[in-house]
Amino acid sequence: MAEPLAPEETGAPGPFGSGGRTLLAGWGRTSPSYATVVEPDGVDALEAALGAPTTNVIARGLGRSYGDAAQCAGGLVIETAALAGISDVEAETGLVTVGGGVSLDDLIASTLPHGWFVPVTPGTRQVSIGGALAADIHGKNHHRDSSFATHVRRFSLATPTGTVEVSPASDPELFWATAGGMGLTGVVTEATLSLLPVETSWMSVDTERFDDLDGVMAAMESGDDGYRYSVAWVDCMTRGARLGRGVLTRGEHATAKELPAAKAGSALTAPGSPRLKIPRPAPPGLLNRASIAAFNEAWFRRAPRHRMGELHPLASFFHPLDGVSDWNLLYGPRGFVQYQFAVAASESETVRRAIEALSAARVPSFLAVLKRFGPGDPGPLSFPMAGWTLALDLPVGPSALPGVLDHLDEMVAAAGGRVYLAKDARLRPELLGAMYPRLGEFEATAARVDPDGVLASDLSRRLGIGAATNHAKEHV
Amino acid sequence: MNDAFGKPQSLILLGGTSDIALAFAERLVADRCRTVVLAGRDRTGMEAAARHLLADGATSVPIVDADATDVASAAQVVDDAFKAAEGDVDVLVVAVGLLGHQSADERDPGRVAEVTTVNYTWPAATLARAAERFAEQGHGRILVLSSVAGVRVRRANYVYGASKAGLDGYALGLSEALRGSGVALQVIRPGFVHSKMTEGLDAAPFATTPDVVADAMVGALTSNAQVVWVPGALRFVFGVLRNVPQAAWRRLPG
Ligand SMILES: Cc1cc2nc3c(=O)[nH]c(=O)nc-3n(C[C@H](O)[C@H](O)[C@H](O)COP(=O)(O)OP(=O)(O)OC[C@H]3O[C@@H](n4cnc5c(N)ncnc54)[C@H](O)[C@@H]3O)c2cc1C
Ligand SMILES: NC(=O)c1ccc[n+]([C@@H]2O[C@H](COP(=O)([O-])OP(=O)(O)OC[C@H]3O[C@@H](n4cnc5c(N)ncnc54)[C@H](OP(=O)(O)O)[C@@H]3O)[C@@H](O)[C@H]2O)c1
Repeated sequence: MAEPLAPEETGAPGPFGSGGRTLLAGWGRTSPSYATVVEPDGVDALEAALGAPTTNVIARGLGRSYGDAAQCAGGLVIETAALAGISDVEAETGLVTVGGGVSLDDLIASTLPHGWFVPVTPGTRQVSIGGALAADIHGKNHHRDSSFATHVRRFSLATPTGTVEVSPASDPELFWATAGGMGLTGVVTEATLSLLPVETSWMSVDTERFDDLDGVMAAMESGDDGYRYSVAWVDCMTRGARLGRGVLTRGEHATAKELPAAKAGSALTAPGSPRLKIPRPAPPGLLNRASIAAFNEAWFRRAPRHRMGELHPLASFFHPLDGVSDWNLLYGPRGFVQYQFAVAASESETVRRAIEALSAARVPSFLAVLKRFGPGDPGPLSFPMAGWTLALDLPVGPSALPGVLDHLDEMVAAAGGRVYLAKDARLRPELLGAMYPRLGEFEATAARVDPDGVLASDLSRRLGIGAATNHAKEHV
Repeated sequence: MNDAFGKPQSLILLGGTSDIALAFAERLVADRCRTVVLAGRDRTGMEAAARHLLADGATSVPIVDADATDVASAAQVVDDAFKAAEGDVDVLVVAVGLLGHQSADERDPGRVAEVTTVNYTWPAATLARAAERFAEQGHGRILVLSSVAGVRVRRANYVYGASKAGLDGYALGLSEALRGSGVALQVIRPGFVHSKMTEGLDAAPFATTPDVVADAMVGALTSNAQVVWVPGALRFVFGVLRNVPQAAWRRLPG
């Protein structure tokens, strides 16, 4: 659903043509832009919208990418909510066929009561199947189960040159270019993926608290392989000996046997809806150095030093923030950026230096998420690569922030790492090729289904992805 | 495309040899601006500026011919500049301006027409086209170099001052018309600036430099201010001067 940021921000019809356009932004709300929004009610309408475009076009799912990936200034944005439908789960294989606009929330609600969970879930259930594939999302189980596209068997893709059926066998290039391709190969209308069988909707969780980063990282290196899910929350505002103190939580789906009798009745229940809603952007500065540091402190103190086998509902383990809808408004009118990078396992020093740089610059940041990745999949723009990934939310405002992040980019690129395009809103374009050395391969595949460079987003325009084709059609 | 911090990647300067505009371009290129289109009439001057910007890190500095005495060319110059940018244009600066020589110009209708054309008619016509192009693009920002000389026109430089008053008013009107289009237009009102334009002239109070004006323009990129005074104190000075009775205004020095 296209919801303008605020009613008064919608363009009124006027000589300078924003009439009928809608202001769209990513989850970080930093770079809103106006586009014409359409919501095709099915594949025919979608093909018509893609067929004879006069402007650039991009798909938008639930707008949970943080930056400018799902918007297109002055162009056409295709909302996917009507690409609905969830098939029955095939009992033998766990295969399910789902519309490209279906949210993981709806998918989980429909399949969890029958004992099936999604194979990969991000930190929120409010992402669409199309968005999950386009970002090739990862979860806390990447070290075990790889990323989303690995679990996708086939999909239908509406492109400017027609709708195609794609599987890793039928067209490996297009399949993997679409995985992580940020919507630049077309609109995923439906996908078949394999679900994970679970006995309960509970997690058995081990929690450990560490006073410094070395402790956290050492525990992850030695112990993560013993868990399907693992994530650490790291404090990037502490300094000195307590730099990067953190809380490591690791878990498994609880088996039916592990549930006490009292919980047996709720063995397989879908997560509920958000209980709280933030009504409007908070005043600027609500989240500042002091308030964020206090939050981090309280959060760290609350965590147990060591506790094993605690039962947590699925939702609180995977999607703690989904309890409050529109929490991004707390960051105020200027919004926030999320910075997420990945580096090889041998580059743990880069992770430390990144945390040191953030701490030294005294930019406020909520607890950062630290994970270990298993090997990446074949997607040329897919983000995960074997090693470490760190993600943190940073309110826009501190004047040091843009420079610190540019500095981190250089460090990450020099270490052979990369930033996550689904989170990006500010990378220097010239570093993209170093971070994604197979960019050319991606562009060649995208050009095959989109020879005129019709598919473009603010992200692709900002970073110059597919620029060669886009220039060709400049004012034809 | 601007990034999350409002930092531009591509820029058009109408007035590709303007000291103020080039000081602004230098700052953006030192950050992440890689394309600067220079439009003007002095090819040699623009080529020198282009070499400088390329050495500083710009990757593309195309040059577009523009003569502000040729009113009919205005729309074409804007189109040429957008084309030369090869992609999104984040910021366009209107820096073309001609100070003239008041005492000689005021009795010469041809010179009055030229100063008025270069300062007002041609910039206004380019703005009309630029607004259309930016609205089509769905985003962008226009910075118009006005002057305090247009805030209250004086006997001592009314040929220039009136043309700047015209441009200032036009730009403010257009800024309103652009509301809700995703395109911003901001009016920059410097006082006396030590640049080629004022070479050899006695400095006025609050005189400043192209660097200071350029810093204020960079600041404008992340503000919603419709008008930016440089230095900022001039806003208050002119708040008073605007309302001084004409008899007293007439006796003010300069
Ligand atoms: C609180 C929170 C936690 C998160 N945690 C994680 C995490 O742990 N791991 C992780 O990997 N990500 C995480 N994310 C990011 C999120 O998973 C991705 O950005 C995802 O792409 C969002 O899906 P969406 O439907 O909202 O897509 P949008 O934001 O609407 O779009 C994202 C991209 O997908 C493209 N797209 C959307 N629909 C389609 C379609 N049908 N066909 C083709 N392309 C399409 C768009 O063009 C765009 O490029 C998190 C986000 C939030 C807000
Ligand atoms: N300097 C000040 O005190 C001051 C104060 C307030 C406002 N301003 C305004 O700020 C802007 C920039 O001025 P500046 O200080 O940077 O001075 P500048 O260096 O002299 O810049 C003026 C620009 O206008 C161009 N120009 C003049 N006539 C032209 C024509 N017929 N065709 C094409 N281009 C023409 C000049 O090009 P050439 O190099 O070819 O001449 C030059 O690029 C101007 O609009 C000026 O009015 C200046």
